Amino acid sequence: MTRLRLSLLSAAGVALLCASVAVAITIGPADIRVGDVWSVVASHLGWGSSELTPIRDGIVWQLRLPRTLLAAVCGAGLAVCGAVMQSLLRNPLADPFVLGVSSGASTGAVAVVVLGAGGGLVSVSAGAFLGALVSFGLVLLLSHTLGGTTDRVVLSGVAAMQLFSALTSFVVMTAADAETTRGVLFWLLGSLGGVGWTDVWVCLAVLTVTLLVCLGYARTLDAFAFGQEAAATLGVSVARTRLVLLCATALLTAALVSSAGAIGFVGLVLPHAARALVGSGHARLLPVAALAGAVFLVWVDTLARTVLDPQEVPVGVVTSLIGVPVFVLVLYRTRRTR
Amino acid sequence: MKTEGATHTRHEPNEGLRADRVTRTADGRLILDGVSITPAPGTTVGLLGPNGSGKSTLLRLLAGVLTPASGVVTLDGSPLAELGHRDIARRIAVVEQQADTQVELTVLDVVRLGRIPHRRAWTPASATDEEVVRGALDHTGLTDRAHQSWHTLSGGERQRVQIARALAQEPRELLLDEPTNHLDIQHQLDLLALVTSLPVTSVVALHDLNLAAMYCDRLVVLREGRVVACGSPGDILTEELIAEVYGVRASVTRNGSDDRPHVRFLGTVR
Repeated sequence: MTRLRLSLLSAAGVALLCASVAVAITIGPADIRVGDVWSVVASHLGWGSSELTPIRDGIVWQLRLPRTLLAAVCGAGLAVCGAVMQSLLRNPLADPFVLGVSSGASTGAVAVVVLGAGGGLVSVSAGAFLGALVSFGLVLLLSHTLGGTTDRVVLSGVAAMQLFSALTSFVVMTAADAETTRGVLFWLLGSLGGVGWTDVWVCLAVLTVTLLVCLGYARTLDAFAFGQEAAATLGVSVARTRLVLLCATALLTAALVSSAGAIGFVGLVLPHAARALVGSGHARLLPVAALAGAVFLVWVDTLARTVLDPQEVPVGVVTSLIGVPVFVLVLYRTRRTR
Repeated sequence: MKTEGATHTRHEPNEGLRADRVTRTADGRLILDGVSITPAPGTTVGLLGPNGSGKSTLLRLLAGVLTPASGVVTLDGSPLAELGHRDIARRIAVVEQQADTQVELTVLDVVRLGRIPHRRAWTPASATDEEVVRGALDHTGLTDRAHQSWHTLSGGERQRVQIARALAQEPRELLLDEPTNHLDIQHQLDLLALVTSLPVTSVVALHDLNLAAMYCDRLVVLREGRVVACGSPGDILTEELIAEVYGVRASVTRNGSDDRPHVRFLGTVR
């Protein structure tokens, strides 16, 4: 009965995601219909030929399709990472960036863009990815040295976040000209503009692996509801679980941030929304959070690129503008349990 | 200590859970100093002692959550350190003093947590899992409340749910750390009556000497990390021992057919 309902919900979610992607691609200055999207996709997959002009074909295949797909992948990944972090750290305010991954990424990106680190051989994404890993490594090392408890992990993350934010600001303020600053700021706030198929494939691959790992740990995550020690008495290897899941989610977050910048609030709010929908059992929560995050970010990005057309708003700004009121609502609803 | 471990691996397989001369230190301070306990299968053993006497630490060593600095905790003769976490959790269940969560869970969700050590990754709950969970709810009288939210339960009901969760683990050993704290007297009696009726070996830390006398088969009294007395409630709960261990004057009377002692406190020892 409930299993049937869950299957129906998942099927509806997948259908909604596919429809959202197809419809979102048609929205924009160039007039494209859903039928055009299908024929372009079909022709590129070798199932026939599209009768669209090469320019319109390019708009769909080179611009809007990768961008929309990456929005879906980012939304799904951030929501899953947020859900895992919140359960693992037993903190409803945790999000994928709580361990300093995004701050490290921004420092790495700024080092490449502003300081020219890597001498032009390293791309912004690679610099960001490297920065994210350095920051996460620092957090792991710091929290291990400080005793390895959950609150020490969070505090180490806060410390790393502050450090790398300060470094980023320092570099931007001292070394960047106005034009570069604007570009950097756009990236820092999160933007899906100018992404290509490579970003989509890399992020999709990391998302798939991380999601499978996290689903394998779904019961284990359930066991953390009453705390680490209770989890241990249910047969969970707490230290190993935490290390595996922190590394998996950090890797995914690093990949997403490297492609699209630090898109805020998706990883904080969407897990709460998914919990309200299907409860807190992770075997259901994680796939539902992924679908909800994907659909959410597809539409928010569509809004971000069209609302001030021809100017583009960083998608991170729009998620926060929508996310803050939702977040307040979540806090309002959970005030009873305090 | 290695040699001691070796001598203890050849015991008969049904000896259950026992601690043999376990020692534990924290921040250079000795918390437990050579404590041994051997609960007989199917009995309820009460752990008594003032705050800081090492009751909780002993329970955590018995649960395998902490490891002893020296000595060994064995389950059917095998040291806990050599067993996997999951294997231990299928045998030993723990009920904390006051468990709480921020997660939105129903009674059924909490009891299902007890099946985690029996389940494999990727697979949905089996018919057996659901059957055991139903049985645990039934045994604790919670069937009607299965879909009620954890956050709406009273303290006594929450402890009952935790015991149902522990039963869902299908343990043979049940460890409880002051499970009756924060409960009113009716729920205290209900809870201990439930625990002692279960077909498991229970080790329960208690503060209330009269509850211990009423419900435990054996008592172990700890003070400053050492066992100072161990035996049946009738033998252990004497005015002398209470004065020595707790620093309290008491009058102990025996009434009723079962010869259980009753303790009445008269004041502190000067």
